[in-house]
Amino acid sequence: MLVMLLAPVVPKSRHGVLAGVSLVGAALALASTYYPAMHPGLAYSGLFRADAFSLFVHWIVCGSAFLVIFGSIGYLKREDLDAAEFCALILFATAGMGVMAGAHELLTAFIGLEMSSIASYILASYRRDAPRSNEAAMKYFLLGSFATAFFLYGIALSFGATGSTHLDLMTPLANDSSHTLLKIGLGFIFIGLAFKVAAAPFQLWTPDVYEGAPAPVTALLSTGPKAAAFALALRILASVDAAAPLWFWALWVAAALSVFTGNLSAIVQTSVKRMLAYSSIAHAGYILVALTAAAATDHPEAGIAAALFYLVSYALVKMGAFLIVAQLGGAGERHVDIEDFTGLGRRQPAMAACLSLFLLSLLGLPITAGFLGKFYVFNAALESNLIWLAILLALNSVIGSYYYLRVIVAMYMREPAAEIAAEPVPWTLSVVLWIAAAGTVYAGLFPARIIDFAAKAALNIR
Amino acid sequence: MPQTYLLSILTFLPVAGTLALLLLRDDDHVWIRRLAMTTAVVEFALSLLLLRGFDLHAAGYQWEEFHNWIPQPPIHYHLGIDGLSLFLVILTTLLTPISILSAWKSIDQRVKGFFISLLVLETGVIGVFVSLDLFLFFLFWEVMLIPMYFLIGIWGHGRRIYAALKFVLYTMFGSILMLVAILWLYRITAVAGYPTFDVAQIQSLLANGSVTLPLRTEYVLFGAFFLAFAIKVPLFPLHTWLPDAHTEAPTAGSVMLAGVLLKMGTYGMLRFCLPLFPDAARQFAPYIAVLAIVGIVYGALVAMVQVDLKRLVAYSSVSHLGFVVLGIFAFHQISIQGAVYQMLNHGISTGALFLCTGMLYDRRHTYLISEFGGLATPMPVLAALYLFSTFASAGLPMLNGFVGEFLILAGTFQKHEAWASWAALGVIFSSLYLLWSYQRVFYGSVTQEKNNALPDLDKRERGTLIVMAALMLWMGIGSPFFTRRTEAYTQNVLQLMQRPQAYNAGGARTNGAGASGMDVNHAPAAAPGLNAAAYGSAADSVKLK
Repeated sequence: MLVMLLAPVVPKSRHGVLAGVSLVGAALALASTYYPAMHPGLAYSGLFRADAFSLFVHWIVCGSAFLVIFGSIGYLKREDLDAAEFCALILFATAGMGVMAGAHELLTAFIGLEMSSIASYILASYRRDAPRSNEAAMKYFLLGSFATAFFLYGIALSFGATGSTHLDLMTPLANDSSHTLLKIGLGFIFIGLAFKVAAAPFQLWTPDVYEGAPAPVTALLSTGPKAAAFALALRILASVDAAAPLWFWALWVAAALSVFTGNLSAIVQTSVKRMLAYSSIAHAGYILVALTAAAATDHPEAGIAAALFYLVSYALVKMGAFLIVAQLGGAGERHVDIEDFTGLGRRQPAMAACLSLFLLSLLGLPITAGFLGKFYVFNAALESNLIWLAILLALNSVIGSYYYLRVIVAMYMREPAAEIAAEPVPWTLSVVLWIAAAGTVYAGLFPARIIDFAAKAALNIR
Repeated sequence: MPQTYLLSILTFLPVAGTLALLLLRDDDHVWIRRLAMTTAVVEFALSLLLLRGFDLHAAGYQWEEFHNWIPQPPIHYHLGIDGLSLFLVILTTLLTPISILSAWKSIDQRVKGFFISLLVLETGVIGVFVSLDLFLFFLFWEVMLIPMYFLIGIWGHGRRIYAALKFVLYTMFGSILMLVAILWLYRITAVAGYPTFDVAQIQSLLANGSVTLPLRTEYVLFGAFFLAFAIKVPLFPLHTWLPDAHTEAPTAGSVMLAGVLLKMGTYGMLRFCLPLFPDAARQFAPYIAVLAIVGIVYGALVAMVQVDLKRLVAYSSVSHLGFVVLGIFAFHQISIQGAVYQMLNHGISTGALFLCTGMLYDRRHTYLISEFGGLATPMPVLAALYLFSTFASAGLPMLNGFVGEFLILAGTFQKHEAWASWAALGVIFSSLYLLWSYQRVFYGSVTQEKNNALPDLDKRERGTLIVMAALMLWMGIGSPFFTRRTEAYTQNVLQLMQRPQAYNAGGARTNGAGASGMDVNHAPAAAPGLNAAAYGSAADSVKLK
């Protein structure tokens, strides 16, 4: 019943064919999602649940793993890093995320969380000789451990309150103290997840880790684990009755804080990589708005579908952007400042055009996926009568547009500060960028299929 | 009406042109220019076809196209034009080849990118004018920002980056709030059981009372829409992006910006603010009119003291667009006719003025009035054509500006004498600053040595200006050709502002504005319901989900 995400773990490509095998692994994982899709339902005595929702998240997770592996082949060669371990770790992390996406029981979810986290800690320090990379991994590890500890403690408390860790059985026992206990437990779980999705006020690690980690790893970190953590949050939100009212204000505040801190801090950054890191905090905020919308009503479908669609659009774009940064950074990722991007429009028109498209999508301009993502989030927020949150979000998009446009200004409108030799773009990376760009425009113009699927996923989440 | 694809072709032909441009080599400037020009001319010729099949008396939309696009939420690809958008589309297709010609020689850096931006801009603007679905409209509205941003930012002058960013941020601020309002409106229709983004459908739903807006909601929605449009127009005090954007933009960019982009704001007011939120419009009309009048006078006064010729023309836009807004919010059929007419006028005459200043800039690389003087001697042809455009802009009878201003003032006067009297000040001021600047630039003796040797206009420049001048003359004496086609629309928009009695009688909604704001003398006494049916033609054919 559950081949699911086990497929990628099998081909541990230690020996030999390096990335090729892992690509096949990721592709197989992607293909194997077909199987549970044919047989929806609970599995492993209710630990897992295969439905349209888990399928949707699996696609995001496996798809981004596939694209990251494919896109970073050139990077690994340039930085002289071992591809085999790299790919294996990514696949491990992906398997963990897959488990999270399908988990229907909190301890299983925890195992998935740990699998993905531990692999990502190692990945963050993958440039072993770069102090920044090590610092990033250290920070990520310490703070991440705290977060998982919170998560685990939350599970324990909830178990104490309800006598079960199965999501659909978690109703408080009939006494007052267990109600309180469940509240505290869910609060802790929320903190753990908020950390994973880099939502304010638990975002402090994000800029350092995203900046320090190798750019392809950042591409992965900012897409897969986020999608998985959001998926888990949505699942809990939809399944546990006590969660929605409790989390509503927490989500509201976290969303508002995230968009503001993310956007305002991004404005003053000089490094494009760090700027993108802050922008992912802001985008976590946008997705949180969708979650807030889902928490605010008895019919959370619109909010869930909006969050899922946003995750797709965001994953495509963020990954593309970070991979471009990886490529343009040059050996050792030295050239990631805005100054280094000046005149890029002339030096490497294709790269500049792709990056512009991704930035415009992050900004949320029409005909890109980002716009529709925002559109659906707004729609969900208004459906739940969160008018103020919607207006807050709207104002933030304007703030956001400033710093995205700044990069475009540098690329097209300013003279290059220093000559940086353009490195040839590996064909693998080009392919990935083309896929991401085409996907961005496709989802921006013809979102019908994706949103239908997301709506279906939202419908049978519980 | 059978489905036609003319509007789609018009909208996307420029994009097809850009795709073809992409195939050319970057340094093949000659063919890039030719291809861009061919695309624009073919586009213009096609747009003239719209005139042929245009039904003068039909109140609803014509040349409609309707396709399903996104099922959830229901978004349709719905295009159509009426008397309001007809000429705006043609104005756009006219000004695009003109601006391509104006950039023929002056743009020699990154030529391909320039023409691609210009053509994409054309698509965006036409899309805005022909979209009848709020979502589609918003899409084009935002898409058009990017090419304009590049046009100013890459090919502009001095502080171009600042100006480009300012332009985009201002517009984004307004439009993102409009997006929220659009979605809010959608939610209201959805709650009422008729979820739709379709303008025609929302109009008929509001008109027949199936969907009602609480008064406060209507105010807020009106405010969000109006803010976006007012920034675009720009209405005083939101105008501060305009002088910068105009001054730094290349000539072609200024022509497009003044010629058609600003009209998107006034177009939006007429298309959305008035028919969708009539009570709010009436309620706020006095305040808006005051802002418009302040803009008229202020724009004129500030224009007078400019030392930079292009900035002067830019401020004159603030003043002229103030007239348009005033005409719209006087809610009189004649004044609205005048407003629509003035939108076209301003595109032609201010476009021509920008072309002239651009030609001066090409020769001297400055816009400072003090650098010129006595130019009539070395450049008699430019002097003559510049004077012609100046007269048109200042509203000399027989030329186009006069017709527009006269209609606006005449219509406004019948409703609000004071408004018209104050606004008339602007007419006086405008001849003052325009003629005074003309005098300083062209008359007297040549003050600067190097100006003596300036070459007069070449064939290309002369051609573009003569086309514009001919249009000014034609629009000045042949105005019925245009007004007859816009008449049905202006009657309609006023009728759409009237809601059925039962609806207004709801108590809280009758706030006295309903009686004073309307003027039905000039509209045939058709029942509002009939009218709604005309506008809802497409809506009826759609199955309500």
